[in-house]
Amino acid sequence: MASLSSPLRICRGILREIRAIKGPEYKQCLAYNYVLDQFRKNQITGERYCRAQEEALHASHSYLCLLTSTRQHMALYDIYHGKGQRDTEEMAGIVGLRLPTQPGGKGWEK
Amino acid sequence: MLRNLVRFHNCLGHAFSPPTVCPRGQMFKLLPLLSVNSKSYSIITERKKFYEDVSISHGEGGMFEINLDRRKLKTPGGKLFTAPNEALAIAVANEWDTQKDMLKFYSMHMTTLCNTALDNPTFRSKDQMITAALKYLETDTLCYRVEEPPSLVELQNNEWDPVLNWIEDRYNVVIGSSTSILGPEIPQATMDTFRQHLGSYNFWSLTGLEYVITQLRSVVLAFALIDKHITVEQAVLLSRLEEEFQIGHWGNVEWAHDVDLYDLRSRTAAGALFVHFSSESSTVKRKLMQE
Repeated sequence: MASLSSPLRICRGILREIRAIKGPEYKQCLAYNYVLDQFRKNQITGERYCRAQEEALHASHSYLCLLTSTRQHMALYDIYHGKGQRDTEEMAGIVGLRLPTQPGGKGWEK
Repeated sequence: MLRNLVRFHNCLGHAFSPPTVCPRGQMFKLLPLLSVNSKSYSIITERKKFYEDVSISHGEGGMFEINLDRRKLKTPGGKLFTAPNEALAIAVANEWDTQKDMLKFYSMHMTTLCNTALDNPTFRSKDQMITAALKYLETDTLCYRVEEPPSLVELQNNEWDPVLNWIEDRYNVVIGSSTSILGPEIPQATMDTFRQHLGSYNFWSLTGLEYVITQLRSVVLAFALIDKHITVEQAVLLSRLEEEFQIGHWGNVEWAHDVDLYDLRSRTAAGALFVHFSSESSTVKRKLMQE
């Protein structure tokens, strides 16, 4: 079917994602070094059509897809997903009321 | 009193959650707790981040383990978390590394897949998984065609037929498509061929493959993805073909369509990657220079 994008673009994409996750110290993280390593190792091949290289390319494309889609999904989730029920105190606070307190405890509590 | 009850359960809540983590040297298992506070009756899906660094280390038998600070990661079933190769271990470690403040377990797909493969909580055997996967072929998305509107029919033919042709050529089988409510008649020879092919995958790969099939709702698409014939984005697009058609016609709703799309993409990508890592073995052959 359609051809995959070039290894350089995928590599850059993955590293960009890692940087987005980690922030300033992204160069020390595991994934960064491993990814760069793998890309370098798979670069050199004597054959014109190397199956293993294609497979590695597909895997790296899948990993890039995983990183980007997880990030995008989490971003949307944070915006749209329901926050769950508030607890009673908070609910009361919204309308300006407070929960009643009974210093001696209710009859059935110790 | 109610306030104290809430505080008490909030404190307790932080001590338990899946996946469990065991301090080194101690073998006690913490059980996931049903959160019974005034918020909701639900299983904990998030908890505070309790570690700073994530690293991997070699364990016994050539397996890799994940370390969160000084403690080793364990599966929800209590077993020590082990990955068969470095790539998978790094993918999982990266997922744990990605988490900030709160740990969001529902976003850690690779970890979930590894946990399932390690724990096998429903005690399934390879044969059961193969049978379940093949059963899905009878209700495969690509085989169910509509009769109208004509533009959708055309779209389905243009997009789905090439993939069907590819898989029929590749595996030398007959699948076909159908517009009837019962779906296509899959000949036994086809099932046998696929059964034999699936039998060659190991347990971990089968776990991943079944996951991809369930997410994409199609065996044909799952095979096309695993055999690296199409990319994850293409597979997801083909799986959601009718939805995309309707979106093109009626418009896109971000909080439903996009959320769904990215969720499906991340799960499928995780599944495909999982199968790839579980079934690969790589060696580096160095050619000697001639002079």
